[in-house]
Amino acid sequence: MDDLYRDYILEHYKRPRNFGELDPHDLEALEHNPLCGDELSVQIRVKDGHIEDLRFNGHGCAISQAAASIASEELKGMELERVGKLDADWMIELLGIPVSATRRKCALLNLKVVRGAVTGDASWPTGSAR
Amino acid sequence: MPPVAESSLDVRADFPIFARSFDGRPLIYLDSASTSQKPAVVIEALAEHLRGHNANVHRGVYTLAQEADAAFDLAREKVAAFTGAERQATIFAKNVTEAINLVAYAWGRANVGPGDAVLITEMEHHANIVPWQVLCHERGASLRYLKLDDRGELSLEELEGELERGDVRIVAFAHVSNVLGTINPVAEMTARVRAAGAVSLVDGAQAAPHMPVDVESLGADFYGWTGHKALGPTGIGVLHARREILEGMEPFLTGGDMISSVDFQSATWNELPAKFEAGTPMIAEAVGLGAALDYLSVLGMPRVRAHEQALTAYMLERLSEVPGLRIVGPPEAESRGGLASFTIDGMHPHDVAELVNRAGVCIRAGHHCAQPLMRCLGVGATARASVGVYNDAADIDALLQALLSGREVFGLQGSRGA
Repeated sequence: MDDLYRDYILEHYKRPRNFGELDPHDLEALEHNPLCGDELSVQIRVKDGHIEDLRFNGHGCAISQAAASIASEELKGMELERVGKLDADWMIELLGIPVSATRRKCALLNLKVVRGAVTGDASWPTGSAR
Repeated sequence: MPPVAESSLDVRADFPIFARSFDGRPLIYLDSASTSQKPAVVIEALAEHLRGHNANVHRGVYTLAQEADAAFDLAREKVAAFTGAERQATIFAKNVTEAINLVAYAWGRANVGPGDAVLITEMEHHANIVPWQVLCHERGASLRYLKLDDRGELSLEELEGELERGDVRIVAFAHVSNVLGTINPVAEMTARVRAAGAVSLVDGAQAAPHMPVDVESLGADFYGWTGHKALGPTGIGVLHARREILEGMEPFLTGGDMISSVDFQSATWNELPAKFEAGTPMIAEAVGLGAALDYLSVLGMPRVRAHEQALTAYMLERLSEVPGLRIVGPPEAESRGGLASFTIDGMHPHDVAELVNRAGVCIRAGHHCAQPLMRCLGVGATARASVGVYNDAADIDALLQALLSGREVFGLQGSRGA
């Protein structure tokens, strides 16, 4: 069994959840990973201060696609206020694999784009986990 | 199989880094297009200069400073001799990026104006795109691109058509593409550019370290390349230029060493090449580069090219055994430099590079600082394997095995012997 490319990571990569278009939507954003040129966009529908539904769209490596897919299941129904406070540790723990420093941005791209759409702050998520 | 063994240089023992291992596996280095490894003679020349001959140049009268002067001047002579260039028109820069910026600023701002055009190509590295974008935005000029054909090559007819429009002031293009591997017909292109009254700049980063380059016969007005891809240290690049163009140009960076005299309100410029080398130059790095070029010259650049071309032919053949693998660029080794960029269906290039790393194989993945080219190819990224003098057929075999194992991790079908 591969440490990084675990079955559930490859499963999410090959069949990502909540990918595609969402119409109508209230929020959207598009971000790039400058390391590799990968891009990821998100469309979010909001109801009563919560994410009612969302869709990611874009291309990327197994780590970035699986991270977006896994995060999307957690983000659905989450309060916007909490989304704005999610940090890198949340994502890395959720992903559950040892992410090296060079692949960290792959794992965090989805959170960057979601936070950008919700708060307007599209800076890279930070956290203590390395 | 192509005759790899016959042309093999067998010089790996000259490169100390190959004594390293990673989790018990030897280093399989297939990323020389990013940077080359360094032979012991280069490491030793760099250390020996710092150990025994270190002083600033062009300032001291003491014996040690004279030794440093002599070492720096000798290094420039070696660099000029390596590419058949004139010593005084051989400028040291940090890298090719800085060399191109020198031209874009010092030549471009004086010679490109509103209504003029800068012509580059779709296969350029960002280093040969962004300086021209900035120049064109600033000067109200237009930036146009020569297109690629299906083989990833340029068309001389299209170049002629662009030049006939009469507005092109400079044509800047790669000698060898860092993604496609395409070797451009430099002499044929520069002749047309000059006949049209325009100026040519050639990015030789992927060429000068790997094949015989004679800047005189190539006919480029500006030719840039870099030491760290040519077995030398980082931090030293080279710009060759036609001397009369350099003499007519204002400086790029200003300050110490590049002046003739400085008054309270103005200054006059030093002679070439000092006019374009402000501040303390990269002295030890120049000495190291000189040692690297001595080393390459002993091997002989025709032999280096023959070795890398044979290895590339072998690599193209072996890579074609991987199901779902597609190579970009010209299909035959004689039309390309020593590299192959590729995609594999069902695997992102980053994952490909991560997986082959587990077998100790180093390849590059990403957009290779050529995002417009990636868009032309219709991909976000590619993986790239590139060879140097120290590689052999066994390295390519290791890459092949690592790619096949990687496909298995991803559960892809048809893994072997397709």
